[in-house]
Order: sequence, then C-alpha cells, then structure tokens
Amino acid sequence: MSKIANAFKNGKAFIPFFTAGDPNIEKTVEYALAMEEAGCDLIEIGIPFSDPMAEGVVIQDANVRALKQNTTTDDVFDAIKAIREKSDIPIVFLTYINPVFFYGYERFFKKCNDLGIDGIISPDLPYEEKGEIADIARKYDVDIISLIAPTSKERIQKIASEATGYIYVVSSLGVTGMRSEIKTDLNAIIKDIRDVTDLPLAVGFGINTPKQASEIGGIADGVIVGSAIVKIIEEHGENAAEPLKEYVSSMKKACNE
Amino acid sequence: MNNGRYGEYGGQYISETLMNELLYLEEQYHHYMNDPDFVEELNTLLKEYAGRPSLLYYAKRMTEDLGGAKIYLKREDLNHTGAHKINNVLGQVLLAKKMGKTRVIAETGAGQHGVATATAAALLDMECEVFMGEVDTKRQALNVYRMELLGAKVHSVKSGTKTLKDAVNDAFRDWIARVHDTNYVIGSTMGPHPFPMIVRDFQAVISAEARQQFLEIEGKLPTAVIACVGGGSNAMGAFYNFIEDDEVKLIGCEAGGKGVDTPYNAAALTNGKIGIFHGMKSIFNQGDYGQIAPVYSVSAGLDYPGVGPEHAYLRDTGRAEYVPINDEEAVEAFEYLSRMEGIIPAIESAHAVAHAMKIAPTMDKDDIIMICLSGRGDKDVRSIAEYRGVELNE
Repeated sequence: MSKIANAFKNGKAFIPFFTAGDPNIEKTVEYALAMEEAGCDLIEIGIPFSDPMAEGVVIQDANVRALKQNTTTDDVFDAIKAIREKSDIPIVFLTYINPVFFYGYERFFKKCNDLGIDGIISPDLPYEEKGEIADIARKYDVDIISLIAPTSKERIQKIASEATGYIYVVSSLGVTGMRSEIKTDLNAIIKDIRDVTDLPLAVGFGINTPKQASEIGGIADGVIVGSAIVKIIEEHGENAAEPLKEYVSSMKKACNE
Repeated sequence: MNNGRYGEYGGQYISETLMNELLYLEEQYHHYMNDPDFVEELNTLLKEYAGRPSLLYYAKRMTEDLGGAKIYLKREDLNHTGAHKINNVLGQVLLAKKMGKTRVIAETGAGQHGVATATAAALLDMECEVFMGEVDTKRQALNVYRMELLGAKVHSVKSGTKTLKDAVNDAFRDWIARVHDTNYVIGSTMGPHPFPMIVRDFQAVISAEARQQFLEIEGKLPTAVIACVGGGSNAMGAFYNFIEDDEVKLIGCEAGGKGVDTPYNAAALTNGKIGIFHGMKSIFNQGDYGQIAPVYSVSAGLDYPGVGPEHAYLRDTGRAEYVPINDEEAVEAFEYLSRMEGIIPAIESAHAVAHAMKIAPTMDKDDIIMICLSGRGDKDVRSIAEYRGVELNE
C-alpha cells in the first residue's frame, strides 16, 4: 500500500500540480512544502519536457521556463530529495514517457523508490503501452496512475480494473488549461468507474475556481488543479509561496464544502 | 507487421482521450480498404484528379553526364499540387468523409502537405485547418497563401522551435479537443498507429506503379531506389513494393543540414537515439535527458527531429540504408537537375538527387537507379536564391 491512500483520508483531497524548475529548482522545493503547509493532500510534480503535447499554453510555458533554467531529471530528483528531508506528503511525477525512457526505466524507478516517489502519471502512455513500465514500476513500488477521459467509454472497464493508486479522471476533451465550465457528464463517468474499482477518483483538467472545486468535491474523491497553480507561479515568480498557500488553502476548503 | 509494431518501433504512445478514436480510425480504415466502392472512388480520384500514374522518366542527359547507372525519375512532382503528398491526402480525407467527419486538420513543414490537405478538403467539401510553424510560414509564405486560397485556415505555430515538430504538437492539441468531428490527416509515416500504416499504404502506389513500369520499360527491377526522408512518407511509398525484392537496394537520404557533425542537421537515423515521441517509438534527435533536440535543414519538409517507425526498423534489419546529404549538396543537386533535365525539384527531393549523383558514376551502365522525385521546386526558388545570395525583386 503506497502513501497515496493517505492522501484521500482527510476529506476530499486537493491535489496541486506544478512543473519542476519553474521558476527554478530551489523554488520547487519551497513551493511543494508551502502547498503542503496550506493543506494539500498530494502533489503532482511535472518533469519538464521540450514537447508537452497534452498541455495547454500555461503549462507549456512553464516547461519552457524550466528548460531555460536547464532543469534536468537529476535536478528534479535532487529537489525531491530536499522535499523528503522535511515532508512525507505523497508525491506523484507527471512526465512524458521519453525523459523516463531516456533515463532508463530501471534507473528511473529505482531512484523513485529511493526518494519516496509514490506514483507516476504519463500522459502519453495509455493502457495499451503500459507494459513499457508496468513490471519495473511494480518492482519499485511506484503506482502507475491511469487516466480516464470523457472518450474512454468501454475502455473504462479494463483501465480501472488494473489501475493503482488513484484514477485521474480527465474532465474535458482537449489539453490542460483553465476552463470556465466543465461540460462533460462527470457523474456518469464516475459511476462507470466506481462500478469497477474502489480506488479514489481525482478529477483534473480545467478546474480553477473554488466553486468548481466544490462541485467536483461533491462527486469525486479529489480535485486536481494544474494550470491555475502554474499561473500563480508565472505571475509571482520567486515570490509565489504566499499566494500559492492562500490559493491551496481556499481550494482545499472548497473541495469539502 | 501488425498491432502497429515494426520490430520494437511504432506503437500508440498517445493521450487516453485519443485512444478510442485511433482504434475507430483503424477499424474504419480496414473496413473501407476492403470496400470495393471506396477503393474505386479513391483510384478514380488518383487517376482523374491527381494525375496518376505518375511518369517514370528516363533522365538521359543526367545519366550520360554522370557516366554510370541509368537514372530514372519517378515523377511525383507532376501530381496535382506538385508533390507525393496528394496520394495520402486523397485517401485520408476521403476516409474522413466516409467516417462522417466534417473537418480535417493537418500539420505542414514545407507547406506541401498543407496544400494537399487543403486541396482535398476543398474537393471533398470539408472544413480544413492547417498548423504550420511560424518559421516555416515565413520561408514558405507562398504556400500559406495557397492554402488560404483553397479555403483552409492556417495557424502559425509559435511554440517550441516554431517548425514542423511544433506544428505536429499543435495539431494533436487541436484534435484532442475535437475528436468528434475532426480527423487528423497526418502527413507522413509517423505518429501513433495506425497512421504510419495508413500513410505508407496510401503512398505505396508510388512503388506499385514503379515496379510495374520498370518491368515494362526495362524488363527488370532497378538496382537502387533513392528517396529523401523527413518523416519518411515518400521514401516508404517508394520502397514498399520493393522490400521483398532483395536485389533492389533501398536508400533514404536524410537532411544533413550544415553537417552531421554540427548541431545544424535533421539526420535522425545518423545522429538520433531510440525514444518515444509524437505517439511512436522510433529514432529521434534528442539531447541529454531525452529532450527533443532542435533540428535544422535548408529544407522545411525534412526539418523533423525523428523518422517514421518503419524506417527505423528497415535500418535495423539492414533492408534499407540511410545517408545524410548536407545543404550544399542538396542545393547543388537542385541546380544540377534544373540545368540538366529542365526539372526543378523540391529541395527535399534534391537530397535524393544528390545521392544519386554520388553513386551513379560508381555503378555499371546496366545498373538502374530510381530517384523518387517527391515534389517540384517552385516553392523553393526564393529560398535557394537567398541561399546563393541572389536578391530577387518582386
């Protein structure tokens, strides 16, 4: 049992995402700890990639900023090490598969295990290609977090039945980014998933306001927010800790209202 | 090859949101390719609209000048819209239409695939939007206007390196938001399965025709088939029906840019490493930690940091050979073919011409080389003039 289960024991979970190395790798450590202090339950940390195909403009730009700082996979691991000196909050990597493939699956997941990384989300590794990392991730106790999209339909059965950690329910078609309205019938998708698995379900893509967080909190087990967090970092640069804390704390509260 | 794998290459490394659509596309593709009405409709379009079969032209002056193997040009440049791209696009847009889609999107580098897609969309009454790197919209401005004339909307892509790979990223980003009414008409033998297969099959008409033409004209198959390789669609099409003919050498020419020992090239098979990107496992130019590397070529159409998975497989198995051709060699070949045969080739295709110029003199007179002349060069005249420091006043 990974630490991920703990993230869903404190009411509805609030899960922030941000890109490591934006604005620099030292701030990655500071911001992760600040968000934990503000009450988030699990943190998704992005390993920067040159071509983040599933991201909208806000997170694309964060990747550009992180890579301009020459943030490497090893830098990200160093940041995790520094976070782990002070915190045991569940941490999940969000990474395109090529940086992991290039690093070497064995080496990457061993390092995840050494540093207490609890899971990995790879937006370009669907069910059919999970075999790339399934055995190694299991060996090193890293949960592969599966994504389920509004288009998944009959695929839900096989994805959910093999899922580990939590399920990332993609709220909308399209790339990541803040949306004023979530149009997908999430109730139906969530019901379909719950028919298959007891794993916690966290919804992401497009969520940014407390009102949305509250609505999602009413039907799912967790709320994932990426672009809005990254936008705060974009706006405040090296001074984002306080605004992040304020935002995270308001969202955590909203999730449970 | 099945399940989208070519040895260890290929696969479907793509967002879950697109998976059902890719599975549906594959199913529909097989359905329609087994439907005689669809096949006939497509063949009629290829014949009466695109102008197929394309000529297999004996380049007599070039052959005599080089003094070795006999050189034939497979004239894909004579297709409607001036390149091989139309072969694939007619197939994919017709398929999209049959699938009930109302909109197609495409990425484009040099603009040829964008123009071809816009053309097919006009013909088949589909909405069309094309993604093109900002850098490419500038060096191929004429093609941008051409697409607009054809009724397409062109998006200038400003992310990343602002070239072909970024155009692909944005096309996928668009598609993921509109899978319900849109098909992504991918321009090369790349991306997640089933695209490399679909594009290869639609382009295989090149080698199907050429094989028969050689048997009729020469009574034998060529010694070597040479084609340029960006993503690899014209090369895959030119190679495909010769793969089983072991005596036919298959040679792909990559963009060597300013040299494969400089950072300014796009020679994935020469300099790249295995990786996973744009939906496929294949060979990519990448830097430390697996970041996709910026690439460079004088040719916007070859300016791609990877290669289709089947090419990676053909290289590994030794069935095909891949060589880099640098900018200067390509430009010289561009000028050479223009002077020698009165045919201005696309700068992409000039990479294949350049390699033929190297190897023809070393071969026997009863050897035969086929160059896949994948496109015509009108679009490149301005940038070649610039490359040569010639000022054009228009």
